[in-house]
Amino acid sequence: MTQAPPVYETYARRFRELEAGRSEPDWLRELRREALGRFLDLGFPTARRGNEPWKYTDVGPVARTVFGPPPARPPLPLERLRRTLPWRPTWRRAVFVGGRYRPELSHLPAAGEEVTVLPLSRVLSQGDDLLERHLARYATYQDDAFAALNTAFFSDGALVVVPDGAEPERPLHLVFVSPESEGPYVHYPRVLVVLGRQSRLCLVESYLGLGDGPYLTSAVREFYLGEGAALEHYHLLLEGEAAYHVGQARFYQERDTSLRSVFFGRGCAIGRNDVRVDLDGPGSEAYLHGLYVTTGRQHLDNYINIDHIKPHCTSRLFYRGVLDGESHAIFGGTVYVRPGAQKTDAEQEDKNLLLSREAEVDSKPALEIYADDVKCGHGAAAGAVAEEALFYMLSRGIGPVLAQTLLIKGFASSVLDEVRLPALRTQLDRLLVDSLPRLRTEE
Amino acid sequence: MVRRETDMAENKREPVLVLRGLRAGIGGVEILRGVDLTVHLGEVHAIMGPNGSGKSTLVNVLAGKPDYEVYAGEVYYRGRDLLSMPPDERAREGVFLAFQYPVELPGVRLREFLRAALDAVREHRGLEKLAVRDFNRLVQEKLREMGMDAEFLKRNVNEGFSGGEKKRHEIMQLLLLDPTLALLDETDSGLDIDALKVVAQGINRFRGPDKAVVLVTHYQRILNYVQPDYVHVLIDGRIVASGGRELAQELEAKGYEWLRQAAEAGRRD
Repeated sequence: MTQAPPVYETYARRFRELEAGRSEPDWLRELRREALGRFLDLGFPTARRGNEPWKYTDVGPVARTVFGPPPARPPLPLERLRRTLPWRPTWRRAVFVGGRYRPELSHLPAAGEEVTVLPLSRVLSQGDDLLERHLARYATYQDDAFAALNTAFFSDGALVVVPDGAEPERPLHLVFVSPESEGPYVHYPRVLVVLGRQSRLCLVESYLGLGDGPYLTSAVREFYLGEGAALEHYHLLLEGEAAYHVGQARFYQERDTSLRSVFFGRGCAIGRNDVRVDLDGPGSEAYLHGLYVTTGRQHLDNYINIDHIKPHCTSRLFYRGVLDGESHAIFGGTVYVRPGAQKTDAEQEDKNLLLSREAEVDSKPALEIYADDVKCGHGAAAGAVAEEALFYMLSRGIGPVLAQTLLIKGFASSVLDEVRLPALRTQLDRLLVDSLPRLRTEE
Repeated sequence: MVRRETDMAENKREPVLVLRGLRAGIGGVEILRGVDLTVHLGEVHAIMGPNGSGKSTLVNVLAGKPDYEVYAGEVYYRGRDLLSMPPDERAREGVFLAFQYPVELPGVRLREFLRAALDAVREHRGLEKLAVRDFNRLVQEKLREMGMDAEFLKRNVNEGFSGGEKKRHEIMQLLLLDPTLALLDETDSGLDIDALKVVAQGINRFRGPDKAVVLVTHYQRILNYVQPDYVHVLIDGRIVASGGRELAQELEAKGYEWLRQAAEAGRRD
């Protein structure tokens, strides 16, 4: 790198400050230094040309903003979370506000509940075997500036461990709140989930923005599924209108594992839902469903990659988008079938409902197949609400707003029907309608 | 030409629907070229005619389908200007269109759809929303009347329904929503004789002194089961003949051609 622009100098200076105040094991110190180096070398993605993964998303505003630290301990009544998020008193939860663990808002599993949840801030200084073995192993940062940024800077988050054979009864909810603030700030949620052999877990992750101002959430989550493990995973993206959110999920699947993931995402100023699944053991399956809803001038970029490394694996990638206003959504990424990944069964499909003429979607599902005995398919579609369907409803006396609501819910149902937690399903139905201002005028 | 207006002249009952010189079409192409029609409560009117004569256009214009344009004429429903009402308001006011091709609604469960429609109609009539149990009872009763299983409630509206199921479902909605004026667009087409009988029974169950039916059909067959009070023949966008049930039988025997020729001769005069 020749001359670092001031914004990078700010990151480098901030890193030196943090490092001086941290007492972390050597391996982590080294890891962070290396990550910072990679971040400074790579720069934010817009700095490079011909960059396919970022073709439709300009992170220039992120690169140009000098973000301060998040507000220290903003007051937050639990009620505010309970109103907005899916909520059951029985669920276990860890709440982080502005990137910091908040014990008074959390309800961690007790000993004997077959799952351990540790705030990373309590683990980092003394180190941890599992952390050392898994951290940054799946969310590789060598070629990924945002993963590098998070790895260099994260200071809190969750370490979730399910021992071999354990099947915790209650869902676990990880909540990352972006609080209101005077000026722009950045926080770095980090999650590592380690599922032992033959274990299972139901995990909900929520990213909730409470303010109207700009901030950056750079979130990296790594999921390790040991042999025979099953993960039921939900991911809610509900950031503020002016937010920049780059979320990266990395799933690493050993043999005979099962991943069922449902994503619900509302747009923001710049949103990125980046998912990668490595099917690195035969007999595994990954079902990824997603629903994204964008309005106004929101932007949401779904970048999903599934890597069939080993034979006899199944993947399904079904996403749907509802777009209104002048919003822009993207569905991209690739399903790779590596040489030798015979008997792969993979499908991907992205469908979009455009509620306005000005909304735009770039839907580019891609397949790259290097094995010959496979079953793969993909498709993409975009269209307006069918006039015939609308008239059919109107002709039964149903008002135009309710008619549209029913049609949009119907469109979304193929994704939302995958939700197995009733409380979450109810909340997502509500969030879907609440996310579309045009549906709010009628009771 | 067959005419029978004596009954109408003496009819003191409320005209539920009055069309005067209705001209309408699609994309500037006129399909209805001046239709006059008066329907009173208690009456069943059959509109017959060859393909392309404007029968479907007529009922779709009355229901307010947005593709259609009205160029001239007036339509009054219970004394109110029907054409100025949006389609959902027409429906709440008691105009029901049974579709020739009922539309599939992906992901919309039949139960939810019927609930929304019934709530809208009842609210408009100043009635309270039905409790879930009462709603279930009512819907299941109507389904049973049309020979439909309660399992349909869990399915998406019209999705995967057979042709006959779709038509029975339309009449089931008619019975559930209980409008004043039923517009039936070729509800008999594509039905085997058993399904036709079920559908006809449903229509007959709907009939009554405070109801009116406009039944559009290509064939005389359904009129053996739903006996009309009046039969009108629509050709090239005009009603060229009106009469009683015997007109339908005459059409069955002689076809439409003689009326077309008579109509053309009439226009030349």
